[in-house]
Amino acid sequence: MPHRTFFWFFFPSGLAMLLFIGLPIISSFFQSLHIEPEQILMEVEKCDPFGCKTETKVDIEATTKLQEEQPLGRFNGLGTYGDRNHLAFDEIKEAWTNSSSIAEFTDILLNLPFYKALLFTLTFCFAVTPPVVVLGFIVALSVNTITKSLKGPTIFGVILPMIVTPLIGSLVLFWMIDAKGILGSFIQFLFDDPNLSLKSSSQLTWITLIIYGIWHNTPFAFVVFYAALQTVPQDPIEAAIIDGASRYERVRHIVIPHLYPVATFIILICLMDNFRVLEPIIGFAAEGVAQSLSWMIYNDLRSENKMLFGSAGATSMLTIIGVAILLTPVLIRTWREFRTER
Amino acid sequence: MKKLLIALLFTFVTTSAYAGGHSPCGVTDGSIKILANEFTTYRIFMDEVKSCAGPDADFSVTHSVDHNKLQVAALSANPAEFSAKLVTNGSITTLMNDNLIRPLDDLVAKYGSALQDNQKIVIDGKIYAVAFMANAQHLWYRESILNDLGIAVPSTYEEVIAAAEKIKASGKMANPYAGAFKSGWNLGQEFVNMYLGHGGDFFKAGTAEVSVNNAKGVAALNMLKRLTEVSNPDFLTQDTNAVKEEWESGNVALMHIWNSGAASLLDDEGDQAIKADTRLAPSPSVGGGSKPATTLWWDGFGIATNTSDENAEASFRALLGAATSTEMANANPNATIWLIDGYSPGDTAGPVVDAANRGATPYPSLPYMSLLHGALSTELVEFLQGNESAEKALADVEAAYVAKATEQGFL
Repeated sequence: MPHRTFFWFFFPSGLAMLLFIGLPIISSFFQSLHIEPEQILMEVEKCDPFGCKTETKVDIEATTKLQEEQPLGRFNGLGTYGDRNHLAFDEIKEAWTNSSSIAEFTDILLNLPFYKALLFTLTFCFAVTPPVVVLGFIVALSVNTITKSLKGPTIFGVILPMIVTPLIGSLVLFWMIDAKGILGSFIQFLFDDPNLSLKSSSQLTWITLIIYGIWHNTPFAFVVFYAALQTVPQDPIEAAIIDGASRYERVRHIVIPHLYPVATFIILICLMDNFRVLEPIIGFAAEGVAQSLSWMIYNDLRSENKMLFGSAGATSMLTIIGVAILLTPVLIRTWREFRTER
Repeated sequence: MKKLLIALLFTFVTTSAYAGGHSPCGVTDGSIKILANEFTTYRIFMDEVKSCAGPDADFSVTHSVDHNKLQVAALSANPAEFSAKLVTNGSITTLMNDNLIRPLDDLVAKYGSALQDNQKIVIDGKIYAVAFMANAQHLWYRESILNDLGIAVPSTYEEVIAAAEKIKASGKMANPYAGAFKSGWNLGQEFVNMYLGHGGDFFKAGTAEVSVNNAKGVAALNMLKRLTEVSNPDFLTQDTNAVKEEWESGNVALMHIWNSGAASLLDDEGDQAIKADTRLAPSPSVGGGSKPATTLWWDGFGIATNTSDENAEASFRALLGAATSTEMANANPNATIWLIDGYSPGDTAGPVVDAANRGATPYPSLPYMSLLHGALSTELVEFLQGNESAEKALADVEAAYVAKATEQGFL
């Protein structure tokens, strides 16, 4: 494709990306450098059904005036990035000098909200992505071999987990794994422990979330693999059959190498998606034990108080950096393959 | 002739109702959009608001247990997503901080002749909200179970635990106690109750400097821990509505939830045997204190600043109509404690009145209280799961609060 054609072809989506993704990211970055203006407090008399008393309240006039002078808030530089709710430099420094062993240091580190969330996010990413790729491939291979009349309904059944909205899917499972739910009581029966509850321990909650993640993401891998399977050239396969290659050997030496770039693509998308995990945490009411970076952003914007734009902006920036770091190896690999193919 | 007479009479009655010119009901202009919490008493109240607004009104209400998390975003927009919000002494401060609800003095002067003085929430001389009910968390128990085992109604939390352990040992129930321990706002509220019950103060007087990491805080946390040990192992996922379901399924013999829960627990739906066995008791004290470990709440409504005067007036009229409806209050005497003129309290009002008499404090209406509540909501989980000491959990609460309060400009 000539560069000119490519440019005009790409221009509309490029413009949309700049407007709806690029600019918001820049604006979040600027917001993350600021904190709210100082709140001016005053003592006033408050009366309610339980009586009157003097209490503190925000002086709205004075604070609004400050806000109008500095609509973005006070400039805080990278202060928000370094505070306890984000990278927590001071706390880490203190922990490093005060802790006697690596284990103690890790304990303190993983008790800080950002690192706690990062640990879960990364665990989720790396526990979910490989099984999704493997399962998606196996399902695609199996569906590819069944008779045509059954294919339609089977494919529909397989992609159902993806069709179901994540929040609904996780809520349905949430009730099923309840101590009184069908899966929950079955597990209690299986292990003969009436107090076993998937929701009460952090490890079991993590495992539940990961299994949910695999269940929800496999259809995506399946769809891509299934489409790619249709492009596998028939000639080498027929030649291999004549040479007496078994089914396993055909898959191992012809199909898998052919699908390699597709697998890279799926890994890329899955890592990116799973790094932003949010809905299952809400659906499973797992905020207490499993927090992700996206959940931190959500929590800053939906806390009981004023929205913490600066804090949410900082976490967003750190998430973007995280995704970039995570994807670098895969991107480098793709780039190399692209170069050699040329 | 008879029909004519009725028609005439009808006209006469309706005109006389409007004769004052300032009857709140029958709204025709402006739209009414209300954001409210989700529980049965609010449903009853909203039905009355809707009927007061009348069939011609543009009326909608959104019930959500996440109302506190939605309110700031929804009311900050201009025009705001909602014209009115049902508020409590907990949630009003957040709206006041950002100037998101408007003074109601002129509207009260125009329509509010039926309001009682204690319904007016006056801050710095201006009316910012109109209260219609009072609420508090207190103890509920199953009479037959306590009687069978010869347990007296617990009046302290120490007795609650002893009673729960006795019920557990008898084999009647595996997890006899329930409270709303869901991580998030509910869990924070449990700590607030228990800490106040121990006589604690959240802030250094007159400042936004937090102080919960002390002996009283540790005692409060340890008491919560002991309560969770006699609760359903899923306690961290159970909010008030989930606890009520546990109660109605007969899995629980003691619980500490809202007085307004009576509206759904004592209605004609569900297991009538359990309903007949359900009793209300005062909120227990704790740690040898005399104050009950609970907080007093009022529920009322505020009108959005960022909405047109027309919508504000329409919303105010409809809500005021319900907030002064003696008829609604007396038709549902047990739904809550109405603050409405002419209401004669039902038999469920006792525990709230008792809490007020024994010196329970109203939930603190401080501008930075919700930040502390938010920090409590997330930082106490690890302690309750046994992964962290009480001191560490409270130190985390303080640190999380300081980071947020600094960003918000309170410190």
